[in-house]
Amino acid sequence: MENTLTLRYEVDGEDFTRAGEASAAVKRALKKMGVSPEVVRKVAIALYEGEINMVIHADGGVITVEVTPKEVRMELADHGKGIENIELAMQEGYSTAPDEVRSLGFGAGMGLPNMKKCSDEMKIESTVGVGTTVTMTVYIQ
Amino acid sequence: MTPIDLANALGLQVANQGGGDVREVSGIYCGDLLSIVMSHAQADNVWITVMANVNTLAVAELTDVACVILSEGMSLDDSLMAKAKEQEICILQTDEPTFETALAVWKLLEQS
Repeated sequence: MENTLTLRYEVDGEDFTRAGEASAAVKRALKKMGVSPEVVRKVAIALYEGEINMVIHADGGVITVEVTPKEVRMELADHGKGIENIELAMQEGYSTAPDEVRSLGFGAGMGLPNMKKCSDEMKIESTVGVGTTVTMTVYIQ
Repeated sequence: MTPIDLANALGLQVANQGGGDVREVSGIYCGDLLSIVMSHAQADNVWITVMANVNTLAVAELTDVACVILSEGMSLDDSLMAKAKEQEICILQTDEPTFETALAVWKLLEQS
């Protein structure tokens, strides 16, 4: 049977100051498990961008991370407003983030492209008015 | 060379020492747009930025930079400083602009 470690985090949509806690915790857990620094970095960046998106656009959500000897699977699920045009959202530089987010160093339309760059597989399922689920996989082997 | 050695040599203010006395610095990264910084800053870099907010600390931790230098007189407020202490992130500060700071760090690293 496959050996799987599952981690689950609730992302608070109203608290920008706590964004990054889930990715930092996952980073620490992977480091402890002896996962290579390159994989840890990719997972941490992908998750942090995802967390920031959930705070900015979706009023929070739930992150589930499954670690197997072969890969790290991440699911970020929210009940936010959804993405109208995923293809457009994936373009570098396209952003619907408000100005106050830009003043904090985000909102430049780099989040989703960064997540894609850091993952070996990425899928976005979104329904306007219902929510978005992003799944990303980073291979360990 | 450690971040604290850098601070002493260049007269940078040590706002939080964190792991600054044990980390070895390798390379410099300058940037304020956090998604770009996350993609390109490398572990053990000196990261120079004017962005002084909670996301700065998160990005510093995720990228595992050796220290953050806040340029142009930027500083963290008390609650963020407490967070930097908790996360053991070395924070240095200077009134100089980013370019001048990077240049000074670069010269020092070249000599070492």
